[in-house]
Amino acid sequence: MHYTVGEPIQDAKAPEGPVEERWDKRRFAAKLVNPANKRKLRVIVIGTGLAGGSAAATLGELGYQVTSFCYQDSPRRAHSIAAQGGINAAKNYRGDGDSIYRLFYDTVKGGDFRSRESNVYRLAQVSVNIIDQAVAQGVPFAREYGGLLDTRSFGGAQVSRTFYARGQTGQQLLLGAYQALERQIAAGTVTMHTRHEMLDVIVSGGRARGVVVRDMVTGEIETHLADAVVLASGGYGNVFFLSTNAKGCNTTAIWRAHRRGAYFGNPCYTQIHPTCIPVSGEYQSKLTLMSESLRNDGRVWVPKTKGDSRPAHEIPEVERDYYLERIYPSFGNLVPRDIASRAAKNVCDEGRGVGPGGLGVYLDFADAIRRLGRDAVEKKYGNLFEMYERITGENPYEQPMRIYPAVHYTMGGLWVDYDLQSTVPGLFVIGEANFSDHGANRLGASALMQGLADGYFVLPTTVGDYLAGAGDFGDIAQEDIEEAVGQVQDKIDRLLSVQGDRTADSFHRELGKIMWDYCGMERSEESLRKALELIPELKKEFWARVKVSGVNEELNQALERAGRVADFFELAELMCLDALHRTESCGGHFRAESQTEEGEALRDDDAFAYVAAWEWNPDGTPVLHKETLEYEYVKMTQRSYK
Amino acid sequence: MSTMNLTLRVWRQKGPEDKGRMVTYKVVDVSPDMSFLEMLDVLNDRLIVEGDEPIAFDHDCREGICGMCGMVINGVPHGEQRATTTCQLHMRHFNDGDTITIEPWRAAAFPVVKDLVVDRTSFDRIIQAGGFISVPAGSAPDAHSLPVQKDAADAAFDAATCIGCGACVAACPNGSASLFTAAKITHLGLLPQGQPERDSRAKAMVEQMDAEGFGGCTNTGECTAVCPKGIPLSTIARMNRDYLSAK
Ligand SMILES: Cc1cc2nc3c(=O)[nH]c(=O)nc-3n(C[C@H](O)[C@H](O)[C@H](O)COP(=O)(O)OP(=O)(O)OC[C@H]3O[C@@H](n4cnc5c(N)ncnc54)[C@H](O)[C@@H]3O)c2cc1C
Ligand code: SF4
Ligand code: FES
Repeated sequence: MHYTVGEPIQDAKAPEGPVEERWDKRRFAAKLVNPANKRKLRVIVIGTGLAGGSAAATLGELGYQVTSFCYQDSPRRAHSIAAQGGINAAKNYRGDGDSIYRLFYDTVKGGDFRSRESNVYRLAQVSVNIIDQAVAQGVPFAREYGGLLDTRSFGGAQVSRTFYARGQTGQQLLLGAYQALERQIAAGTVTMHTRHEMLDVIVSGGRARGVVVRDMVTGEIETHLADAVVLASGGYGNVFFLSTNAKGCNTTAIWRAHRRGAYFGNPCYTQIHPTCIPVSGEYQSKLTLMSESLRNDGRVWVPKTKGDSRPAHEIPEVERDYYLERIYPSFGNLVPRDIASRAAKNVCDEGRGVGPGGLGVYLDFADAIRRLGRDAVEKKYGNLFEMYERITGENPYEQPMRIYPAVHYTMGGLWVDYDLQSTVPGLFVIGEANFSDHGANRLGASALMQGLADGYFVLPTTVGDYLAGAGDFGDIAQEDIEEAVGQVQDKIDRLLSVQGDRTADSFHRELGKIMWDYCGMERSEESLRKALELIPELKKEFWARVKVSGVNEELNQALERAGRVADFFELAELMCLDALHRTESCGGHFRAESQTEEGEALRDDDAFAYVAAWEWNPDGTPVLHKETLEYEYVKMTQRSYK
Repeated sequence: MSTMNLTLRVWRQKGPEDKGRMVTYKVVDVSPDMSFLEMLDVLNDRLIVEGDEPIAFDHDCREGICGMCGMVINGVPHGEQRATTTCQLHMRHFNDGDTITIEPWRAAAFPVVKDLVVDRTSFDRIIQAGGFISVPAGSAPDAHSLPVQKDAADAAFDAATCIGCGACVAACPNGSASLFTAAKITHLGLLPQGQPERDSRAKAMVEQMDAEGFGGCTNTGECTAVCPKGIPLSTIARMNRDYLSAK
């Protein structure tokens, strides 16, 4: 696969001036829409997770006519519901030296200097309002005896800024957004379509003017028109088949938008989470995350000797290698995710892994139980321990947990400017679906923050500014609508007509394995070239052999899956191409060729301090546009967690 | 533990108008480490390749939190394993040679869409009636301006863990949605933020529940026994109190 280099992106539209004033400036400059006009303006929101749910509710509150879609049977089930650990906010309620500036600094550094300072600063500013909003909605955050909010330190942060609701922070925040959304549905400002899957964007006159969706119960292909379209369809980690994402998470919405002209930013940036339950067999359908908070008290180790197959309790202390504490004495078990993941891979590659296939390391609570008592440990982690036992049949109070890294989050996504607008005017992208804010690595508890910052606070302002010009948008051409519907219909017909001998899932599994082996935790020129050879072959086989039973005009889960897998194939190629072109290591993207003597990721700032924004090209040769990143505030340094 | 061979009796129904029937399938070499849904995935893969339609069932997170999955397994919503959603149920709780019956939630207010998939949008409409605190984005005061007693916060949290799966309705001989509705009323009613709308909320939600065709509560307690999140019956008593004081 080849690519060409196009015009660089000159302007991401962030206001000039001191970083702490930029968002205020932008808000003040944003044009306002008068209330009577708002009622006539239509906004489509795809997705009801933290980003889409909060955006749709807020736009409804402001008086726009909102139409909202999700593929589940209720907006409350979006994948955000599964987030466990918490949400960051620079409240400094602890007085432990936290501040907006520090959260900004940590996020830029954590992202390994591949995110935009302006965006990240705004995120840190707005984080404070999110907590206020959630508390007012009745989100039951953990509290201390005095009645004030409790916080914890999380994922490599040295201050305690993570707000949480036991191990179910995502659930509680999402229910808050969902309830606000239902309130607007009742008020008539939002029309909700559940069990509807968006399959294309309608672009007319150079602007996003609507979507094509499939009613997943009747199979009917519908069109919905609007003045602006917001994609909040989540991440694409399921390109790896096995990930911690929900089964339905997909790339279709953003991939189809990409094919309609929206650039794709940094597709190769993937986060591999260090603490997941290892694979148990061939039939495995997904991986389950064990909250990172467990690393606050659990100690990670493997046997010192290769191939030591004794049960954990028979391995004496001196024969254990607490490798994170050994290699990273100052951060120990709390090193950032990418570092913890790669370290686990390394010890397993050395043959020191534990459990089935040697693909696991221990996360041991014996010391914590001795130090704090079983009750205290149970109070903190009880529900996680139960979950672990339900899945593995093993009791983590008595034997150490086994964990292994798994794909968890995608920092890449559709490219957006400071206003969260993609390269297609009128097409906005929020939440995990966009590429912004996290650079090459996301810090723990920052995705919930970003989704809600985008949805409650940033997008409602910037969409308003865009919609203030709606008078000049013009009519939507009938042929543009028909063309989009035709494409959707055509793809469905093709999938149904192959009538081969393999399920879409079996192809998806195989694609995922290629991605994991060759474009996973460690990538090299050789492995990526290999992937770029294998993926097109498998894609060809997919279109020749996939079997989809049933018809379109019914609830057809085989057809839904096949459609998503087809898009994953195309995305997978772009991810590998992006990974291949970025010959440096940064954050979650580790290129074997670019490491320090100690085996840490080695950035190449002179060559790669840019966002790679890829333009779709129908002839199969993507065009790379570079957005140069400049750091005025946080000095670029090589990360070190030793 | 070695693998198992099982017989499944599964409810198949083409659509809302179809009468539906039980169909028997054999599954072989089931690993005890598989989840229940993975066992069905394997069967479905086989059905698709044979040109049959896969058994339709709802699921998404497969982590027991989204509330999307749900089947009546051997007569019990989510199966006999306590505090466990269908997706978290593992095959190690079954034995070689077992016959397992699998049916959809059955309740007047949850019409079957296809096979094991039912329509639970009535739950969303109950929330629309009042399951929220009215606070537009951007209008909230500082979070610490309103301390909440830890006990109240913890109890509110316990009620707030409801995942909206509908097992309580499926288990109830009257098809009542009282536990689901009461969980939300309790969550919001225990918090200071929830007080201004407390009575109107209870009244509106209970009336919507009735309007959707859910039955009344006769305190059989079947709901809480199957609830994967252990929502207690005491929430229903609380709902009734709030409802009465609103009238
Ligand atoms: C197990 C787990 C734990 C996590 N824990 C944390 C944590 O503790 N802290 C943290 O900050 N982050 C955490 N994250 C990350 C975080 O949860 C997600 O990044 C975030 O919730 C994504 O929110 P979202 O609104 O962008 O998308 P989602 O919540 O994924 O929502 C996507 C929405 O889009 C809809 N959709 C998708 N495709 C289509 C389509 N084609 N048509 C119609 N609708 C569509 C879906 O129905 C859904 O409503 C965790 C992630 C996982 C997987
Ligand atoms: S109360 Fe329990 S059983 Fe009923 S919907 Fe909520 S979680 Fe499910
Ligand atoms: S699939 Fe989400 S709770 Fe079972």
